[in-house]
Formats: sequence, C-alpha cells, structure tokens
Amino acid sequence: MNIYDIIFYLFAAITLVSGFFVVSTKNIVHAGFYLLFTLFGVAGLYVLLGADFIAIVQLLVYVGGILILLLFGVMLTNKITSVDLRSGTSYIIPAVIGVGILWGALTAVLFKTSWRSKAPSGMDPTTSEIGRLLITDYVLVFELLGILLLVALIGAASIARRDKE
Amino acid sequence: MFEFLSDLFGSQIIAAFISAALPLVFIVPFVIFAVWLERKVSAHMQDRLGPMRVGWHGWLQTIADFFKLLQKEDIVASDTDKKFFNVAPYIVFAGTYLVFAALPFSSAYIGTSLDIGLFYIIAVSGLVVIGILMAGWASNNKYSLYGAMRSAAQIVSYEIPTAIVILSIVMFTGTLSLSEISDNQTAYFWNWYIFGGPDWGLTKFLVLPFMIIGFLILYISTLAEVNRTPFDMPEAESELVAGYHTEYSGIKFSMFFLAEYGNMFAVSAIVSVIFFGGYQSPIGYLGDALAANWLIPFEQLFWFAAKGIFFVFVQMWLRWTLPRVRVDQLMTLCWKYLIPYSIVNLIIIGIITLI
Repeated sequence: MNIYDIIFYLFAAITLVSGFFVVSTKNIVHAGFYLLFTLFGVAGLYVLLGADFIAIVQLLVYVGGILILLLFGVMLTNKITSVDLRSGTSYIIPAVIGVGILWGALTAVLFKTSWRSKAPSGMDPTTSEIGRLLITDYVLVFELLGILLLVALIGAASIARRDKE
Repeated sequence: MFEFLSDLFGSQIIAAFISAALPLVFIVPFVIFAVWLERKVSAHMQDRLGPMRVGWHGWLQTIADFFKLLQKEDIVASDTDKKFFNVAPYIVFAGTYLVFAALPFSSAYIGTSLDIGLFYIIAVSGLVVIGILMAGWASNNKYSLYGAMRSAAQIVSYEIPTAIVILSIVMFTGTLSLSEISDNQTAYFWNWYIFGGPDWGLTKFLVLPFMIIGFLILYISTLAEVNRTPFDMPEAESELVAGYHTEYSGIKFSMFFLAEYGNMFAVSAIVSVIFFGGYQSPIGYLGDALAANWLIPFEQLFWFAAKGIFFVFVQMWLRWTLPRVRVDQLMTLCWKYLIPYSIVNLIIIGIITLI
C-alpha cells in the first residue's frame, strides 16, 4: 500500500465521519466544531489532488474565516447555544425523493465524466499559473468579483454604523 | 529530507512518520529553554535572581517543572464538555506544529519546501484560533469563555495587518516561498530586506524606510497574534484568572504552554526570514573560509535559531517593560492605525517595485 493511499483514506475517513457528526449532533456549537474536521479533511484531499493553492485557500477562508465567524456569532447569542436542534427524521417521503434525485444525478455525473486520472507525482507549482490566468483570460471575472466584494464590504460597514444616529 | 529518509529506511511510511516528528526535536528543547529564559529575564528586570537552585543558575528548573506537570492529576471538572475539553489543547498545539512544517531551518533542512510557504503559514494559524475557542467554550466557565472570545477577536483582527505587510514583501520579492526569500538575502547583512534587499541601486535606498515601517507593523501585530504582553488580554491574569486555560491542569496545560512558546518562536522565525535573512549568516560562513562545505548547513541552523531566539527575547523584554493595553485600545491600535498604515505602506512599496 502506497503512503498516499493511506493518507487518502485517513482524510476521507475524517471528512465523512465528522461530516456525519455535523448533521447528527443536537448541539449547534458541537456542529461548528465538527465542521472544522470536515473542512480540514477536504483541504487534505485537495492537497492529494495536487491542488495546493486551493487547499490553502480552503483553510484560510473556511477554517480561518467563516468557521470562526460562525462560532463567534453562535457564542455571542447565548440563547442559541442552549437550544436543541431537531436532528430526528421528519417528512420521510419528500426527503427520500429529494435525496434520491440528488443521489441519482451525482452518480450519473460520476459515471459519465471521463476522469483524467494522474499518478501522484509530487507537487507541480500552481500559483504562478493561477496568477497569470487571473490577469489574462479571466481578468473581467476577477475584477467583477473584486467590485462585488467591495460592495459587500461597504454594505456591511454602513449596516453596522446605522443605529448610531 | 523525506527522500533521504525513505532511502535510508526503505519505506515511505516510516520516513513520513520520522520527518513529521522531526520539528519536535527542536520545539521541546526550545520551549524548555525559553521558559527558563523568560523566568530569568523577568527576574533580572525586577532586580531578582529567579530560579537558582536546580542546576547552574537554575537551568534544570524547567525540566523539573515539566516532569512535575506530567505527574500531576489530570483534573476535568464535571460540567465541562468532555470531548472538546480533552481535544482542544491538542488542536492548539497542532496549529502551532503545522507552522513548523514550512519553516526553513537551514538550506539542508526544511520540512516541506512549499511554493506558497508564506500563504500556508497565514492559513494554518486559523486552527489555533479554533482550538482556543474550543477550549474556552468547553471549559464551561465565564472567564475561560471571555478569554477565548478576546483571543479570537484579537488574532482575527491582527491577522489583517500581518497579511498586508507580508503581501507587500511578496510584491517586492516576487515569491511566496520562504526558502527562496531566505536565499535572496545571502552573503552579508546589508542584503537583508530590512535594508532594502540584495539589489544595489536607487530602489534599495527608496524602499529602506518603508521596509522598517513594515517590520515594525509586522512585529507589533505578530506580538498580538501570539497573545503576548502588552496584548495579553486573553489571559489577563488580573481580570480573567488565566483566560482560556483556567480549567486545564497537568499534561493538557503543558500542551498550551508548548503551543504558546512554540508560536512565539514561529512568528519570530517568520519575521527573521522576511526581514533579517532567515538562516543566512550576516557575516559570511566559517565553512567557506575553511573550505568545509558540510559545516555550512549547521552554521545556518545556528543563525536561524539565534535570530529566532533574539526576537523571542525582545518579546520577553517588552512583556516586562510595557503595561497591558485595554480591549478598546487594542482594537483602536489595530483598525485605526496599523491597518491604514500598512495599506499605505503596501501601495508605496508597490510603486517603488514598479520603478
């Protein structure tokens, strides 16, 4: 067994088990903490695919940013922490239909795609290529996303200031 | 390193475990030394002697304390959230440990020579924040929770000036790789980026004052990121008992300690790699003079450790010199001063890089 296989199964197990706990736990803070392991496992899988930049962005944005904000928000609103989440089964028939359709679609995509499988051959540097593409082929999308983020920032700032008047 | 080990043992799995455990060989002795240094520095600054009994000038004191901590009963209060309470110290330590994977200790040893080492180091520090939040929340104690919230708010805010200063250096050097940044600053100390980098010319002298400003901003914000005085709000002992690790004892407490001191070295090492040449010697190598090439990596390891420990010493010096700031002053300093200054600095360095 190759070392990369062992690491892959390790990360896959971490992702799946903690993902299961995220949806099955009744405590919202627990769900947040389990999400850490899920996101971390996904980052590990990205690394194994040779996508180092995406993996680190995943850690930076989801673990370092969104998850901390989420936990922060939950902890500051103390009424949420003691509420029991409903994680039992309800609406069985619609749920089965919906999940079945989604599962069917995903497996169809899985089998119809011709995967480009590549042997694990160390890391090729990806950053400079991503950077070059961002300012040549995808420059319009890149700039538009920048403007979108700026608008969101200004909006957040103005909402936070409003009640002072 | 990994290839060398897997050739040596003939198995990738053993090699992976060994290369993953190697930074521990550095962290544990360093922490034992740093705790002793901290106690001696604080004692001498307050006109005391500090630990004197165990070994010469008390140098065995921390080792004795370490064994004492190992033997202590592991107390878990009944109303804590057991699962997360037990895991949290290890997550904090894992966050610290991940940083050591990308530090270039010498040209012969770097855990993983990542192309995007600097970016990776900024990203994994988020794990420490989550560990601290977990510890504070699972302790089920008001003081712990307050400490954890303050710590998270502080680290998240101060990550912004840190990242912006690092970004300006990345723009100037054109690389995110820590070993490449170190290699650029080879030979003598005037090639360090704090003195404007290795290229002689107008750029060097134009960029020099802004590099010093960048260094000051980076040093202040890394100080806040490792929760050291004057920014040790999370564990302000006069208000919060001990902050997020109030409820911890024994081996788990020592995990927080390892993580804190390990983090101090990690940020000092990053500052020294970015501005002070990393593992490069400031005055040339003895190995070159004696024509003994094998000596150079060891000398580099020495310089790397020496620079890191020097900045750790400055952190201790500041701790026993400055009073603690208030929470609002902490946030004012970050959002109203450091972030605007670092953005202006970024723009100026960018313009200088272009000309």
